[in-house]
Amino acid sequence: MDGQILKVENLEVTLNEQKILENVNFDVHRGEVLAIVGPNGAGKTTLFKALLGLVPHSGLIKWMDGIKIGYVPQKLYIEHGIPLTVKEFLSLKTNSFEEIKNVLNAVGIVYDETHEHHVEQHILNRPMELISSGESQRVLIAWALIGNPDVLLFDEPTAGIDIGGKQTIYHLIHNLQETKKLTVILISHDLNVVYQYANEVVCLNRKQICIGTPKETLDHEHIQMLYGGKTSFYQHVHKEH
Amino acid sequence: MGIIFDLNLINLLTALAVGLAAGYLGAFMVMRRMALVGDALSHVALPGVAIAYLYNFNPFLGAFAALFAGVIIIWAIEHYTSLSTESLVGLIFTFALAIGLIITPQEQILDALMGDISRLTTANGIFAIVASLAVILVMKTMSKKFIISSISGELATTSGISTRAIQFVFMILVAVVVALGIKVVGTLLMGALVVIPAIAAKNVSKKMSSYTGLSALFGTVSMVSGMILADATGFLPGPLIVLVSALIFAITFIFVEY
Repeated sequence: MDGQILKVENLEVTLNEQKILENVNFDVHRGEVLAIVGPNGAGKTTLFKALLGLVPHSGLIKWMDGIKIGYVPQKLYIEHGIPLTVKEFLSLKTNSFEEIKNVLNAVGIVYDETHEHHVEQHILNRPMELISSGESQRVLIAWALIGNPDVLLFDEPTAGIDIGGKQTIYHLIHNLQETKKLTVILISHDLNVVYQYANEVVCLNRKQICIGTPKETLDHEHIQMLYGGKTSFYQHVHKEH
Repeated sequence: MGIIFDLNLINLLTALAVGLAAGYLGAFMVMRRMALVGDALSHVALPGVAIAYLYNFNPFLGAFAALFAGVIIIWAIEHYTSLSTESLVGLIFTFALAIGLIITPQEQILDALMGDISRLTTANGIFAIVASLAVILVMKTMSKKFIISSISGELATTSGISTRAIQFVFMILVAVVVALGIKVVGTLLMGALVVIPAIAAKNVSKKMSSYTGLSALFGTVSMVSGMILADATGFLPGPLIVLVSALIFAITFIFVEY
């Protein structure tokens, strides 16, 4: 593992006099997939906001110099009826249509001579609010890929997507990480996916409960500490067909 | 046909430019869920206009000064409290309206509330045209940043855009357009001039570029035809302009696909 690209030390976030996060410590190295897991209200999204510099914090958040971060939000909040097409949305970040085609290809929306008409009609020229949640997630990932980032941050990349779609999105993230040598930091509720794809897991519930490989962290004891009660995690193995 | 008593070229060109700027800016206000901010802000202008009447200086400057102060106060309080912009605007707007109604000289109250373009001097007209074009130019140059920051604060910040700075610039542009518009339609109806063309354009647009373009066009058409109708009928221009824009909205409503 070469190159530490992010170091978080003793991170604390207080909002409205309420401590949202305390004593969070982890490192991220180039090419790693780090998953942040925890129950609702555990401060996962706040941690992301702190990493992006959107909320005030104390403690250390040190990104490697010159690192480019691509952020994939859960969803956009577009005022109902505002006709922002997918093409216009992507053009907000780049003036190059070539680059738009490249990032679309990277997220599995193939834009070549045979598919041109279909992609133009059914995706590019449609308003953002009318495309499906799976397509919307791909478009948001495409947006994040514009400008060749080194790190991608995903906030629950499959929230609101059906089971089949979820697998496709995670395969996509996995492929991007492999082919583009990206570092990925993701928030996920889906512990199976975390088990499958992450190298490192941070369990969070206001405080950092555990850190380590999925095998070390996603055991019965930690899951109970994290989610409370009689929660258990049954890992199911996906057989290759 | 109507006798042209106050409808001269400079009045028409002023109305055209202000309508264009108000329509274009209005598209972004609706997108930023600030539809009622223009309405409320126009009332904030009233004390400024009143002071200008009392001390005999240009009401536009009075209006702009009051609006600028209002914008700064809202922008600053927003940062220090958890109240929404809407509730703050609600507070400042009624407070300013109350002060304005008390200090505006009786004989000028109707002008201030309903607008009066007939007494527009050529110099003021040219100033309003230049200012409107400047607003459009700034908006157009920064439009991508305005759009990104409207749809996601996080995406804006990660793209290197300061949402706070953008919001400030935007509010200043709104203040300029509102100050320009109240001379034409008055403080009571200015809100309509930024909102109605935008929602009419939203009804018939399938992409962002046509939405902002049509909103600007509808703003201009409403302004100019309202002025011509006022000249022909003898009614005040302000209400007629709003009626024309409402008519445009009604026509576009036929085309809505829900």
